Amino acid sequence: MNDATLPVPAPARSRRARIGPLAWASAAVLLFWLVAALVGPSLLSDSGGSMGEAAVFAPMSAAHWFGTDFLGRDVFARVVQGTRYTVGVALTATLLASGMGTLLALLAAASGRWIDALLSRAVDTLTSVPGKMFALIMVAAFGSAMPTLVATAALIYLPGAYRIARSLAVNIDAMDYVTVARTRGEGRLYIMLHEILPNIVGPMAADLGLRFVYVVLLLASLSFLGLGVQPPAADWGSLVRENIGALPLGSAAIVMPALAIASLTIAVNLLIDNLPGRSARGER
Amino acid sequence: MGALVTVSGLNVVAQGRDGEQPIVRDLSFGIAAGEVLALIGESGSGKTTTALALMGHARTGCRIAGGSIRIGDTDVLALDAAQQRALRGRTVAYIAQSAAASFNPSRTIMDQVVEPARIHKLMPRAEAEAKAVALFRELALPDPAHIGARYPHQVSGGQLQRLMAAMALISDPELVILDEPTTALDVTTQIEVLRAFRRVVRERRTTAVYVSHDLAVVAQMADHILVLRDGAMRELGRTGQIIQAPRNDYTQSLLAAAQPRQRDAGPARGTTDERPLLQVSGLGCGYGAAKPILQDIDLTLHRGQAIGVIGESGSGKTTLARAIAGLIAPSSGHIVFDGRELGPALNRRSKEDLRRIQIVFQMADTALNPSHTIERILARPLQFYRGLRGEALRARIAQLLDLVQLPATLAQRLPGGLSGGQKQRVNLARALAAEPDLILCDEVTSALDTVVGAAVLDLMAQLRRELGVSYLFISHDLHTVRSVCDEIVVMQHGRKLAQVARADFERGPHHPYYELLARSVPELRCGWLDDVADVRDVPALAPSVPVLSTP
Repeated sequence: MNDATLPVPAPARSRRARIGPLAWASAAVLLFWLVAALVGPSLLSDSGGSMGEAAVFAPMSAAHWFGTDFLGRDVFARVVQGTRYTVGVALTATLLASGMGTLLALLAAASGRWIDALLSRAVDTLTSVPGKMFALIMVAAFGSAMPTLVATAALIYLPGAYRIARSLAVNIDAMDYVTVARTRGEGRLYIMLHEILPNIVGPMAADLGLRFVYVVLLLASLSFLGLGVQPPAADWGSLVRENIGALPLGSAAIVMPALAIASLTIAVNLLIDNLPGRSARGER
Repeated sequence: MGALVTVSGLNVVAQGRDGEQPIVRDLSFGIAAGEVLALIGESGSGKTTTALALMGHARTGCRIAGGSIRIGDTDVLALDAAQQRALRGRTVAYIAQSAAASFNPSRTIMDQVVEPARIHKLMPRAEAEAKAVALFRELALPDPAHIGARYPHQVSGGQLQRLMAAMALISDPELVILDEPTTALDVTTQIEVLRAFRRVVRERRTTAVYVSHDLAVVAQMADHILVLRDGAMRELGRTGQIIQAPRNDYTQSLLAAAQPRQRDAGPARGTTDERPLLQVSGLGCGYGAAKPILQDIDLTLHRGQAIGVIGESGSGKTTLARAIAGLIAPSSGHIVFDGRELGPALNRRSKEDLRRIQIVFQMADTALNPSHTIERILARPLQFYRGLRGEALRARIAQLLDLVQLPATLAQRLPGGLSGGQKQRVNLARALAAEPDLILCDEVTSALDTVVGAAVLDLMAQLRRELGVSYLFISHDLHTVRSVCDEIVVMQHGRKLAQVARADFERGPHHPYYELLARSVPELRCGWLDDVADVRDVPALAPSVPVLSTP
């Protein structure tokens, strides 16, 4: 008897597995907002700055697609202009936080006790500083330019990503295939990037989606405190906040920016959840 | 008192990617009241699925598609969910393979043992506890009056398995299902557990279903044996008939694989005067000085030789392999490889030293990176040690797959798409890719079925013959070790107790612990369990027992 001659299980789906319609749809939404962030403002006829003659919280109309806001400005133009801040700052900050967190976590897991302890304690120190307070100090010291906001948000959300990635990586590090790679004499970088990373990238991507939502909310609250994007410019979170008075009226001025945030965050999360690698893992 | 069980035309299907696939096909059998039926087969043969179906249960993704199951007067498949809940734990009880995973670690044992009686409101708590204590006594558990107050982590694996039997029997079920209840235990523990199980099943005249892949164990427990393969019945007969005169050719191949067999590995080496390949002297390892795991180990391995290291779990045999591989720094002693002393840790060894010693782990599932293709897994050592690229690399990978008797089409698959035996072959091929002098094999066949494991052992013997590679073969299974090794090292409590050469395997007298291990391996005949002397008769072995037999 030779098990090699037994019928082998049906071949696992090819590595370049088909991408589901949900993933395509969410990728399209994401692409739409990216394009809007890049070229949207230059296509607008109305820059959104004029308070003109329009009524405050006017309903949707041909002239004002999303109605007008609390100062009578065109909400559609404000949303398109806010795209740049939300997508630019939030997405960049999230990618930075997750990327750096994961890399440091891999380093901690693949290295000895000392580097792990040093990194973990350093990150714990960062965690112990209240996020808003940290942002306050950063903005007070460096001003509220976009790069500062990106760095601030990234630093605030790095410890969470690091913690999750480290706990995943430590488990993978205990696997026999990592031990085999070690006894082969592989370097630390190879073990980090080739043996551990592919096996934690799925959960980390899911974490990235969640983290993105947090960063959007953080930016909105910073704007509210006057520390984030400075008026008259506004990210989506600020748009929701400054038009909060329209909530009882059900005005488009608050619904539309909120829908924009929802569409972006849902698209990011749906896309991540429907990436081919993840569904293949689920079926195994 | 047990009930008559009748199963007819049982079909279970699994939801696959391309529609439903049958996993149990048209199975019919009966069990007389008070008899024990064994379901035997390889993994994937549907034996556990059949056992679960007896409780009206199908695992997630599976569905009982047809047939009827009667336990006494009850038609199990006709019951609704609430009635099935009432049936389970009351009329039918289930004893799972891993008791450690089946007990809640944060509640006392007694709380959990009396739970079936409480859920089904059979008797007041005090009465249930009294009954539990009686069962503990019947199952030969130590200190039956007080063991219930302990937590699961405070008792041994064999005791936990018996406690789970007590939990199953507390409601006096009419049918008990034992699903590989001793597979995870050491051989010496297994005997005690088997004895206890058999006694309670016989005395209570409970009808029982015993699921196992181990024919030798089943021969001790069952009245009838049902041989399953791919969800279909191959043979059903009395235990004596199946063991002695199997009619079906598949049963015959199962029996052949279970028979201990010497695998020819060329002339026995190790007697030559040449420089030994590996010389371990005075090796000690431990978590600090207070907790030694290995003490004073001496071992000599010559080129082309295979040495088996045997011992129960916790005897330090895996630690020995890890110390030789450089994964654990020894606290004392020397490891000399081919005339040169090896560094204590991986970063103190040269790439060439690392290449010459490769390690193969027990669980092929965790030894292969699930996100790398087989090709990539095999390519890495070739690129790393020898810098192979392009066509030469591909050719060598094909050659390696051929060497371990795997089809080349497997190269593009992920490990998830391979069977257990295939994974273990890939695991072996990866070690061979480095062209090592010594392969450390840590329980390489323990996680495999008998037939598949025998094929892997055949392969290893053949590779040794053809490539002249040496093995340090670690196992708790004396049969396995005896069939492939020239010498056996017996370990207990981190010390080497004895070393037995192949010529002396059958000749005594050996160290009493070796004798105990040898006697504890189940033999493929009825009545072995009655013949084997009570393991507790052997005096507890202190580490200071003198070594009786050295080559």
